[in-house]
Amino acid sequence: MPQIFHRSTNTIAKVSIFGGVFILAFVGWVYSELLRSHYVTGQDVVKPQPVPFSHEHHVAQLGIDCRYCHTSVEKSSFAGMPPTSTCMNCHKQIWTNAALLEPVRSSYSTNMPLRWSRVHDLPDFVYFDHSIHVAKGVGCATCHGRVDRMPLMYQNASLQMEWCLDCHRNPAKYIRPKDQVFNMAWQPPADDPGLGARLVKDYHVLPPRNLTSCSTCHR
Amino acid sequence: MNESDDQKPGPPTEATDAIGRMGQSTPIDLEAVQEKLRAEPGPAMWRSLDELAGTPDFQEWLHREFPRQASEWVEPADDGVSRRAFLQLAGGSLGLAGLTACTKQPLERIVPYVRQPEEIVPGKPLYFASTHVHGGYGYGVLATSHTGRPTKIEGNPDHPASLGATDVFAQASVLDLYDPNRSQAIVNLGRIRTWGAFVNEASPLLKAQQALGGEGVRILTGTVTSPTFADQMKTILAQYPKARWHRWEPAAAHDEYRAAVAALGGPHDRIYDLTQAKVILSLGSDFLTQGPGSLRYSRDFSRGRQVRAKRPVMNRLYAVESMPTNTGTLADHRLPLPPDEVAGFALALAAALGVASGAPAAPLSPRAQQLVAAVAKDLQANPGASLVVADGYAPQAVQVLALAMNEKLGNVGKTVRYIRPVEADPVDHLRSIQELVIDLNAGKVEALFVLGGNPVYTAPADLGFAAAYQKARLRVHHGLYQDETAQLSQWHIPEAHPLETWSDARAFDGTASLVQPLIEPLYESKSAHELLGLFANQIDASAYDIVHAYWQKNLHAAGAAGGDPEAAFRKALHDGLIPGTAEPAVTAAVNGGAVAQAAASISGAKPDPQAITLLFRPDPTVYDGRYAGNPWLQELPNPMTKLVWDNALVVGPALARRLKVQIEDVVEVSIRGRKVKAAVWVQPGHADRSATLHLGYGRWSAGPVGNGRGVNAYALRTTDALWAVAGIGLKRTGDTFNLASTQNHHLLESGTDEMPTAEKEVMARRPVRTGTLPDFLKDPNLVHEKPGLPKTPETTGAEDLTLYPRYEYKGYAWGMAIDLNVCTGCSACVVACQAENNIPTVGKEQVLKQRAMHWLRIDRYFEGDPDDPQVHHQPVPCMQCENAPCELVCPVAATVHSAEGLNDMVYNRCVGTRYCSNNCPYKVRRFNFLRYSNHDVPVLKLRENPDVTVRMRGVMEKCTYCVQRINRAKIDTEVAGRTVVPGDVQTACAQACPTEAIVFGDNNNPAWESTKRKADPLNYALLEELNTRPRTTYLAKLRNPNPDLLGATPEGKRI
Repeated sequence: MPQIFHRSTNTIAKVSIFGGVFILAFVGWVYSELLRSHYVTGQDVVKPQPVPFSHEHHVAQLGIDCRYCHTSVEKSSFAGMPPTSTCMNCHKQIWTNAALLEPVRSSYSTNMPLRWSRVHDLPDFVYFDHSIHVAKGVGCATCHGRVDRMPLMYQNASLQMEWCLDCHRNPAKYIRPKDQVFNMAWQPPADDPGLGARLVKDYHVLPPRNLTSCSTCHR
Repeated sequence: MNESDDQKPGPPTEATDAIGRMGQSTPIDLEAVQEKLRAEPGPAMWRSLDELAGTPDFQEWLHREFPRQASEWVEPADDGVSRRAFLQLAGGSLGLAGLTACTKQPLERIVPYVRQPEEIVPGKPLYFASTHVHGGYGYGVLATSHTGRPTKIEGNPDHPASLGATDVFAQASVLDLYDPNRSQAIVNLGRIRTWGAFVNEASPLLKAQQALGGEGVRILTGTVTSPTFADQMKTILAQYPKARWHRWEPAAAHDEYRAAVAALGGPHDRIYDLTQAKVILSLGSDFLTQGPGSLRYSRDFSRGRQVRAKRPVMNRLYAVESMPTNTGTLADHRLPLPPDEVAGFALALAAALGVASGAPAAPLSPRAQQLVAAVAKDLQANPGASLVVADGYAPQAVQVLALAMNEKLGNVGKTVRYIRPVEADPVDHLRSIQELVIDLNAGKVEALFVLGGNPVYTAPADLGFAAAYQKARLRVHHGLYQDETAQLSQWHIPEAHPLETWSDARAFDGTASLVQPLIEPLYESKSAHELLGLFANQIDASAYDIVHAYWQKNLHAAGAAGGDPEAAFRKALHDGLIPGTAEPAVTAAVNGGAVAQAAASISGAKPDPQAITLLFRPDPTVYDGRYAGNPWLQELPNPMTKLVWDNALVVGPALARRLKVQIEDVVEVSIRGRKVKAAVWVQPGHADRSATLHLGYGRWSAGPVGNGRGVNAYALRTTDALWAVAGIGLKRTGDTFNLASTQNHHLLESGTDEMPTAEKEVMARRPVRTGTLPDFLKDPNLVHEKPGLPKTPETTGAEDLTLYPRYEYKGYAWGMAIDLNVCTGCSACVVACQAENNIPTVGKEQVLKQRAMHWLRIDRYFEGDPDDPQVHHQPVPCMQCENAPCELVCPVAATVHSAEGLNDMVYNRCVGTRYCSNNCPYKVRRFNFLRYSNHDVPVLKLRENPDVTVRMRGVMEKCTYCVQRINRAKIDTEVAGRTVVPGDVQTACAQACPTEAIVFGDNNNPAWESTKRKADPLNYALLEELNTRPRTTYLAKLRNPNPDLLGATPEGKRI
């Protein structure tokens, strides 16, 4: 029986088998990169807001505490968005004619709320709770980044599940003393590498097995 | 309108074939079943006659978790896309499926307040004390508000009529608030009008009437206990002295009123203290689930029945009744008798106790006689600690005898006390509506205001109410829905839902409490108080003004703390009750003449031994029809028949055999020329010579949910026979009608006929373990080491026969213990679970396909003779197995174990293979075959619990022990620097349970009641031989039989 294929097809077969593995791997890699891309996660993307509110100005320059506006961060799942009246506490006195603040003033006078864009938007099947994270020594900056250096607010981390699990699997890496939670600039002391582990113990942080149970966040 | 079937369509008689054969059962030959049972005993416990008979249908139910073609992707009556075609389409689109992960989340808005109310913390619910009003009587509730949206109702632990418990009606009432079919605008002759237009039309008429003393004004309400409403009526009747206030509450216990008037000389209410009662006899009374005091009675009764090894005492309950009731299923001795024989039984017992003379017209059966003697002896042995209850729908004569027996037994002042009536200005409702109809027909009525009722649908058929009603010149209807009465009225004023307005009500013992709104009215609606303001020229007075003004004046009279009345009002509002308003006991003596008359009426009756008596009873779920538009209640299985979405003519097996009718046969029920067609339901335990038809179905103006469901029992109900009518005719029509009953759904595997005997014995499980109190005293381990019971994994050493290492649960280990001894089957837990966990309803067609979504089901088992079985209720939530079979088979790890022992279900991971459900021995998983959750009607979104995911199509779901509540409690306690202790968290089912049958807790902490129960020898696990190590366990059910009745009866039957 004569040969159907020319000898050269062997090479084509080898290349395509070899290439196939790499092409598949490449497609897989592209896919996983795409899923983690800022385009998909929204990380580092500034969203349109009714008022170009600057955390940098209010936090770093004026020194206003996080809790002045985000009042329920220590007691509720939701950190709280300030009602217009909170803005007007100061802006009744200063910048009373600034054009940028017109939406705030009109909200206050017409009793129509401001409609902010949610910057940190978890999927609806995730039940995140601010109060417990604050109570266990997770700093604001740990998740939200250096808000005091953000003229316009953007999402600092990917907020994907692997990012959450990174801390839930090993909280000692990220935890800080409770009195430093609202400190934007806190850095783990270089001379005390055991601090995180000690705080995990002192604050009765649950072991990773509990923290990574599905129902901790999903229900 | 004397003809009955001109407006009530009978059930559609053509079987809807798209439902498939699972809906249509093959007939069961009851004679053959009896033959077979004589030859060899059937299963010890059975859920349905199909199971007892071992029909092929039942085998199919058993072996196919998802019935044949259940996964066919076919809409009813539509040959759209088949499963095969669907898979082809799905395969084609698979290549693109991966790209869905690239979807970006849509931009979400945060809308903060402009001025935030001080008490609101977004993310944290608020709780408000209010009052749930049902049939006029109230009980205290706590309503949950999520940033202004009421989402859930719980009982108020401080209120004496609730003690923290709720019933199905309160749980479901929150859905009524958001019902898109609620009436939403003032309507005049079909046109939307304004309140001002109504006032303009009504005011001149009222003014003219005022000059005439109001002789043409009639107001019709249901039972009223509201002190404010009563006060307003008093003022109105002073202004319009000739106006009349009529009452018609179709499912009120009319004979309770009449018995009290006849025997006690006044309409006194009876209040029972079941904590003091050691021996209780129920004469056809369902006092544990019906009546305004039932929640309190359930709790008190249960306290005397929670048997533990350390507290092996138990009250004893006898029940003599026709239709099996929830109360009857708990009885230690239950005797099913036709209604005339129940009366005969009462008379014989009264004679034995020496309070009446005479004998029943027809002699009692030997078995009944034996029971009379034993009960009489038992009651006499417990003077002052016994109780005879005939409350509810028993005939007046029986209730009079019960009053006399309690007095003779020295129970008055101990287990029973009399109080002045809680109902405002009590009247005989039947006479009241009869007088109204006479006046209407005489043309004396200028203006009739119907406040809150639906008399066109509910009035006795022989009154011809609908025709008479239209003779009133001005007809104003005030109600939540544009119901049958609204259709015949010129004006319909939407009623504000109790969660939207202010009011008040009194509980069974007289305790008054306030109704407070949690939300602004969703639609233009008025409360009854505001409508009555029309008469007093208070057109713009709000309900708050009226209620507040009344209590400002009366709080001191009510004995509230002195000082500032405003402070007292606020405290009453906060606490959920007004102190000092409970009625004190009054003394009254039973009038001997009334007793003699009652006895004579029973002994003088000449019952026809062939006559069949039809009983009318309010439906356990839709009540008198007012809840027919509520899908949660429509889909809640009737505790006895397990029927959903329909009622049926309930007959016992004996009558079914004689009439040669089967389940689902349509029969024509006739009485004195009135006829309806109803499908038959054969109910084990229903007495012979009688049948029961529940009220509340067959409505024709109840919206898309309630219209045309079941048959209208009111069409047969006449003034002389409100609750029972003798001598009905039953005729087979040859038609059949599909009834949806959940009794064969989610079956646990048990022995079948094809199995070898040895295997069958192993499989002959007893899902409900039972025993008797004397046996338990002799051997506390009787539910574990009885021959015939499967060996436990501990005893066989199979405990470690698992591939997985044993996990040690440190910290919390959540668990549940359910005391079967006190479960009445009332189903409050089922609706509570539905409200808490956003569980959708699916409709009758889907229920027929075994797709009902209730996470928590109540299995009802029969044991023994089909004519007189024992009935057991067993709530079955997810067992949260430690060795969970479902977890091993999930290909995507969507169901996994938590570190605290919960069997977590991750909806966002689930791809819908349903392997987990196939592998679940308890059948507690539910699959969203279609998109059952309503995402389209905006107002329904407001109802959802924001702490629980709303599931979509293709996702498996199940009970998680209300993990959202556990997490909430864990977070709140951790933030406060402590751990979760008893009182911090309850599952929704446990919180609603009136009898404390369900308790939840931490197995690693002995302080929890559930942990204590698990240490009791009565504790057992369902299917424990499978070594699944379930976290939900049960306490076995014990009977406390009368030693005199332990032997066989003359007929060789158990009593």
